[in-house]
Amino acid sequence: MQLPATAHPPDEITHSKRLGYSYRRHLGERFIEALLFLMAFVSVAITIAIVVMLVKESFVFFEHVPLWQFLTDTQWTPLFDDAHYGILPLISGTVVSSAVALLVAIPLGTITAIYLSEFAPFAVREVAKPFLELLGGVPTVVYGYFALLFVTPLLQKIFPDLPGFSLLSAGLVMGIMIIPYVSSMAEDAMRAVPMHLREGSYAMGATKFQTAIRVVMPAAFSGIAAAYILGISRAVGETMVVAIAAGMQPNLTWNPMEPAATITAYIVQVSLGDLPHGSIGYQTIFAAGLTLLLLTLAFNIIGHVLRKRYREVY
Amino acid sequence: MVENSTVENLGLDAAPVPYKSEVKNLSFYYGAFSALKNINMVLHEKQVTALIGPSGCGKSTFLRCFNRMHDLYPGNRYVGDIILHPDNVNILSRSVDPIEVRMRISMVFQKPNPFPKSIYENVAYGLRVRGVRQRAILDEKVEEALRGAALWEEVKDRLNQLAYNLSGGQQQRLCIARALATDPEILLFDEPTSALDPIATANIEELIADLKDKVTILIVTHNMQQAARVSDYTAYMYLGELIEFDVTDTIFIKPKNKQTEDYITGRFG
Repeated sequence: MQLPATAHPPDEITHSKRLGYSYRRHLGERFIEALLFLMAFVSVAITIAIVVMLVKESFVFFEHVPLWQFLTDTQWTPLFDDAHYGILPLISGTVVSSAVALLVAIPLGTITAIYLSEFAPFAVREVAKPFLELLGGVPTVVYGYFALLFVTPLLQKIFPDLPGFSLLSAGLVMGIMIIPYVSSMAEDAMRAVPMHLREGSYAMGATKFQTAIRVVMPAAFSGIAAAYILGISRAVGETMVVAIAAGMQPNLTWNPMEPAATITAYIVQVSLGDLPHGSIGYQTIFAAGLTLLLLTLAFNIIGHVLRKRYREVY
Repeated sequence: MVENSTVENLGLDAAPVPYKSEVKNLSFYYGAFSALKNINMVLHEKQVTALIGPSGCGKSTFLRCFNRMHDLYPGNRYVGDIILHPDNVNILSRSVDPIEVRMRISMVFQKPNPFPKSIYENVAYGLRVRGVRQRAILDEKVEEALRGAALWEEVKDRLNQLAYNLSGGQQQRLCIARALATDPEILLFDEPTSALDPIATANIEELIADLKDKVTILIVTHNMQQAARVSDYTAYMYLGELIEFDVTDTIFIKPKNKQTEDYITGRFG
């Protein structure tokens, strides 16, 4: 079909006319865009700089110590005359203290989240949530001394053989410290589950608990998994509590009743000492730091995969 | 439609259908707001009753009284009775457990709301919450319910797939299967086709017609043609009140009330 021709031919558009291209507006928009890009770029650049620095310095370390020795030696004594550079004792300390912490934080955090999201009356939630978040705001050094001076003596009443420093005590307190992170994120994920799914479950004659466990939790799975991964990352990266309460001797053990050092505790210990720059002892910090980074990176990737695989579809 | 139901009406006159439920002086309050005002009507056993009326007239609120869904939220209050037969018990009574009510009166929602589980587990859900564990019983009931919801042929080879992989119409039939699996006595439909395309809608309507051999149905619908197509009885509601309740053909052909007539003929609403 032929469209009727317009009565008047279109005017030539000039800048002063309506519909003209506004350079001022577009320039402003460009400026904002550039500013936002710069901000985003800075944080990415810093992350890359940290990784580059760690890898570069570790490279110097691995020129002196072969990688297989780093991964298989069962002793970590870089500052002794008879130096050994096996990362395993530090990894075992990290794994055991984190495992104890997660055994506390994941069940308690999940139960707290279920209660707050599905059962708690409005008034209770309004009071309980800020308190929980306060728990996350306590400085970690306070938790460290709480572990050393309160929890350890308490545990010694139950286990008389428990030494003054132990992974158990540090792990337990670290677990308490992580609860708010886990519960808060898991609760947000469960609250985000739409009401019509819950109603579907109630309409089938399910109880609140059945609904929470069988419908709300699976629906919020990716968010809950993210909460757990965050908890694991926190536990693995936590420094103060383990430095204070777990002792600082690297010790290849899987027994939480023993003292041991974690990767983070070792880094603190060496950073505080007066090791000369460029010495092999100094260089160990970066190798340990890189190991820690790879460990948390692995958890983040697992978390990412879980999130993608079980993405919420409502 | 007219010929068909005339035959049915003759049947009705010959042997009156017993009541499955009687609603007596039912009022309902959201806090201080009175959403339902003194409703009296009945549900005829193994018949389809439709609730029609403009938005906000209280049809969904009324429907949700039947399975005590309002108990889930604070500040809601029922006044009056919904008597369930053959028990002759007021299901709104405080001494009646809402979970027991929901065990016998199932519901299908406006938006398909399958759970984040496999097709099989979605249908088995009601049985599982009732403590059924034997695989043989579950298998049998799941198949029966899926056949009942005209979905079996489409999903029998992928029962372990996530329910979200189904289309919207299939998801809604899955929700019907889920509701059927526990052999409910009354099935509540809350605008079950409003989120579906015309073909899926036709499937669901056909299904409702088949289901009434087994179960008493109460359906809320926005669509008057749908009410005329699927129901035996129709109730017209407006502003929380029941304006007229009668055999569907009477409501649509010669309503007694002027308001009903205006709504049916499209002069209002």
